[in-house]
Amino acid sequence: MSGIREQVDVCVVGAGHAGCEAALACARMGLETVIFTVSVDSIALMPCNPNIGGSSKGHLVRELDALGGEMGKVIDQTFIQSKMLNVSKGPAVHSLRAQADKAEYSRAMRKVLENQAHLTIKQAEVVELLSVHTEASDTITSYRITGVKTYTGAIYESKAVILCTGTYLKARCLCGEAITHTGPNGLQAANELTDSLKALGIEMCRFKTGTPARMDKRSIDFSKMEEQFGDERVIPFSFSTDEESVQIDQVSCWLTYTNEKTHDIIRANLDRSPIYAGVIEGTGPRYCPSIEDKVVKFADKERHQVFIEPEGRHTNEMYVGGMSSSLPEDVQLAMYRTVPGLEHCKIVKNAYAIEYDCIKPDQLYPTLEFKRISGLFSAGQFNGSSGYEEAAAQGLIAGINAGCYIKGCEQIVLDRSQAYIGVLIDDLVTKENFEPYRMMTSRAEYRLLLRQDNADLRLRRIGYQVGLVTEEQYQYVCEKEQLIAKEMDRLRQVKVGANKEIQMFLNQKNSSSLKTAASLAELISRPELSYERIAEIDTDRPCLPKDVIEQININLKYDGYIKRQLKQVEQFQKIENKKIAPGLDYNEIKNLRLEARQKLQKFKPVSVGQASRISGVTPADISVLLVYMESHK
Amino acid sequence: MKTDTIAAIATAVSTSGIGIIRISGEDAIRTASRVYRAKNPQKNLMAVKSHTLHYGFIYDGDELIDEVMVAVMRSPNTYTKEDTVEIDCHGGILVMNQILNVLLKNGCRLAEPGEFTKRAFLNGRIDLSKAEAVMDIIHSKNEFALKASMKQLRGGVSDKVRSLRDRILSEIAYIEAALDDPEHISLEDYPASLEEKIFQMKNELKQMLDNADQGKLLKEGLQTVIVGKPNAGKSSLLNVLVGEDRAIVTSVAGTTRDVLEESIKLHGIGLNIIDTAGIRETEDEVEKIGVDKARSYAEMADLILYVVDSSRPLDEDDASVLEIITDKKVIVLLNKTDLAQVVSEEEIQQRLPAASIIRTSMKDNTGIDLFEDTIKTMFFGGEIAINDELYITNQRHKEALAEAYESMEMVLQSLAQKLPEDFYSIDLMSAYASLGRILGEEVGEALVNEIFSKFCMGK
Repeated sequence: MSGIREQVDVCVVGAGHAGCEAALACARMGLETVIFTVSVDSIALMPCNPNIGGSSKGHLVRELDALGGEMGKVIDQTFIQSKMLNVSKGPAVHSLRAQADKAEYSRAMRKVLENQAHLTIKQAEVVELLSVHTEASDTITSYRITGVKTYTGAIYESKAVILCTGTYLKARCLCGEAITHTGPNGLQAANELTDSLKALGIEMCRFKTGTPARMDKRSIDFSKMEEQFGDERVIPFSFSTDEESVQIDQVSCWLTYTNEKTHDIIRANLDRSPIYAGVIEGTGPRYCPSIEDKVVKFADKERHQVFIEPEGRHTNEMYVGGMSSSLPEDVQLAMYRTVPGLEHCKIVKNAYAIEYDCIKPDQLYPTLEFKRISGLFSAGQFNGSSGYEEAAAQGLIAGINAGCYIKGCEQIVLDRSQAYIGVLIDDLVTKENFEPYRMMTSRAEYRLLLRQDNADLRLRRIGYQVGLVTEEQYQYVCEKEQLIAKEMDRLRQVKVGANKEIQMFLNQKNSSSLKTAASLAELISRPELSYERIAEIDTDRPCLPKDVIEQININLKYDGYIKRQLKQVEQFQKIENKKIAPGLDYNEIKNLRLEARQKLQKFKPVSVGQASRISGVTPADISVLLVYMESHK
Repeated sequence: MKTDTIAAIATAVSTSGIGIIRISGEDAIRTASRVYRAKNPQKNLMAVKSHTLHYGFIYDGDELIDEVMVAVMRSPNTYTKEDTVEIDCHGGILVMNQILNVLLKNGCRLAEPGEFTKRAFLNGRIDLSKAEAVMDIIHSKNEFALKASMKQLRGGVSDKVRSLRDRILSEIAYIEAALDDPEHISLEDYPASLEEKIFQMKNELKQMLDNADQGKLLKEGLQTVIVGKPNAGKSSLLNVLVGEDRAIVTSVAGTTRDVLEESIKLHGIGLNIIDTAGIRETEDEVEKIGVDKARSYAEMADLILYVVDSSRPLDEDDASVLEIITDKKVIVLLNKTDLAQVVSEEEIQQRLPAASIIRTSMKDNTGIDLFEDTIKTMFFGGEIAINDELYITNQRHKEALAEAYESMEMVLQSLAQKLPEDFYSIDLMSAYASLGRILGEEVGEALVNEIFSKFCMGK
């Protein structure tokens, strides 16, 4: 067959949230990039919930933005409701969540791709990876990627390939007994690529996820539900979005509940659920259980919350959050109609479960490059994660690192003390993962330092160094950093005496009076006071931007805890920075316990820190490893 | 590389002679100076010359602990190449223990097994060719500590720790679930109920710490293991020593299928006596487990009591026993003197040149006095001592309990300051991790599992 033959730098397979970020990063680094999708109309599709952000996911979007990613900017243009979650709790767990206008979001992202220099969009199914052998021994075969082949036989030669196939590989959708071999939303599945991956020795597994029904707004009785509003003052996701531009008219969501009737119908029809009937092979996530799962596993709960959320401004489709299901159509309708407000509901799209092929991510380096296939990177649900934000974050890192790989500069790895993105990727490539991985704040051990409010201070510099953050944006953060440091210094040095005027002021603010002189910093750290609240007695203060004041307040109020975590990070980084040579043969280290030897040989950790996090590797094994490394320098 | 400062007892833990406590690391001299007082109040360890010896006293606050000699050695000419202090004290277990505790209170961390050697190596003090040996030390000492750690806990203690840990985890899971899914799970009124639970748990930890100080937490004393082939009279020996029919004694070989333990005091010496199944080649599954256990107990014993049936010739099973115990402190009891004797003392002496040999008859109760005197002489003569690895494990458990207790204090402080809920879980997590060290369990995925199993979350 004589097909097209083209030469580019990077091929990105898939144009979901991971693929978009990966392709944009490569193109913006000046590399000729092609992004493949089975349908250009599905670029940046949100096939499940209509939100971006949420607890800890909001952090990911902020970090992505600080590094020069696109998701935050696009959602700022296309959201229809926004909320900062957990505001009554500590600053570390504040998290932004926005309702998206799904169609607008896809359109806006597609426009960004279309207008990006060095980036070409190509509607085609990739069926094969092209590669050459670089090393072959009895135990190990290594390859270098050379490009991809599409369904029509076209060959795209490239130096790197990034796989972001989402839920499309051998996808199968289940709605009761009705099973179709399609991707989400009835889109065409990709059935051939898996075989090519297996031929390269990539280990595959099968995961499952699900989505609830979409309903016609006109058939819902909202008077029986509680209205849920957005925040009065909206905070944007992106550090480069003008705050005034996001103060828009917002759309409401609605809250209702399931009841015993709902649960009875579900229980009576469990035998028709593909999961309980054993038809589903894939492993589903425990954090977003189907309504069947909730009813079975939490049998004593009398009701479950149901959120009715608009899918956009220009559609009547409403998302039924909390009730994903793979029950048959007739059971779904009966079950939904027991919920107050949904008595006469009409279903536009049925709920369904979807199964797909993905990889065991322990085959990847923390750079998201395959250990045995140089130039091949992967991101998103293909890596066994779940969620738009998790996908986008990996996409960006895979894109940056594919770019660095081609340019021959050092690839980036964010560690667990730098970013949630670092935690996400480290967990994926280091821990054994048995279900689609979702980000959670409890997974971040240094979360007091990894706040959504300081993502720019943590990560802008890295984004700038790889060329995704502009000089201007970078300079802004540098100045911000200086302003914070300078003002904190001043607040620690300026003392106020225990005089009458100060005591009166404190009294008025319900704050206990001073016995001796205190610094302004000490006053700010009191729970009832803040930088803003002591303005009256601090007349010589400079005029500072809001984001600087926010950092000062947090740093002073949680000083003790922050210092403790910084100390832990110092310990953590000591072994994290001890790199392990790539070719180390653990079978040579006789003093390692057998289990540790096997695990280390399998995971090939890049640092002693990563080695220490592999389950089955003890602190004693790490000591032995350190001694071995020292003696073989 | 900046390192923290570690301390440990460097000599065997015995009642005799002099004990040495070693401190190594950047703050070694500073920490020692905090607890050391010289006769001359002007003298400051921080200012003394390197490689000098100083007479003085160790204090815990205002309480005098011991009269000591302190050697101050500055980097790099020390064993670890770091600043090092060695405190020579009176060798008693109690005193060494107290001094170590004071040092831990003042900022040292208890050394990991083999850590001084590891540092010496990593700092280039030990020749590269010795790497193999260094790895051996770390490996074997840790294997040992790992095994010892669980065995040493008194019955009930590990259950208690496990239950505390579960309760802590369930609180963390609640907080974390609410943070992850604020729209489904509310934390209203939670701080008040948490405070009550924390008080309760803190009190329980306090009690365990008190118990630990009184030695009730762990089986202290000489780990004394009785070995021998089946039906040599091992269980009878245990019965004689304990004074009750604790072990089942029959004349059918292989009756003690598992391992029996008793703690006794003999002339003021604490003995933790472990009666093992007879060592012999066996096909019986249950008995096999017992025999494997016997081997592993024998490996970590301070003292072995080898009971020989002297009315039968030594056979293959005796050979397997001898193989296990050759490098150990052994008292051989040639038992069954009431029957015709076929095993001679010379025969045993040949294979175990260092062992004391005593002829006994458990049946007639002869030779027991001599046996008890032998233990006494060996102990007070310093010939046998409590295994320091076991001893370190004791310390480690105590340290972990103290840390958990402190974390609970921190939670109460955060509650008092009305800090947001996510701060509580930071310290609860530390407490959970500390207690996990006692059980040898990591944090791992336990929290995530707990969250998903208890709370219904998600879209």
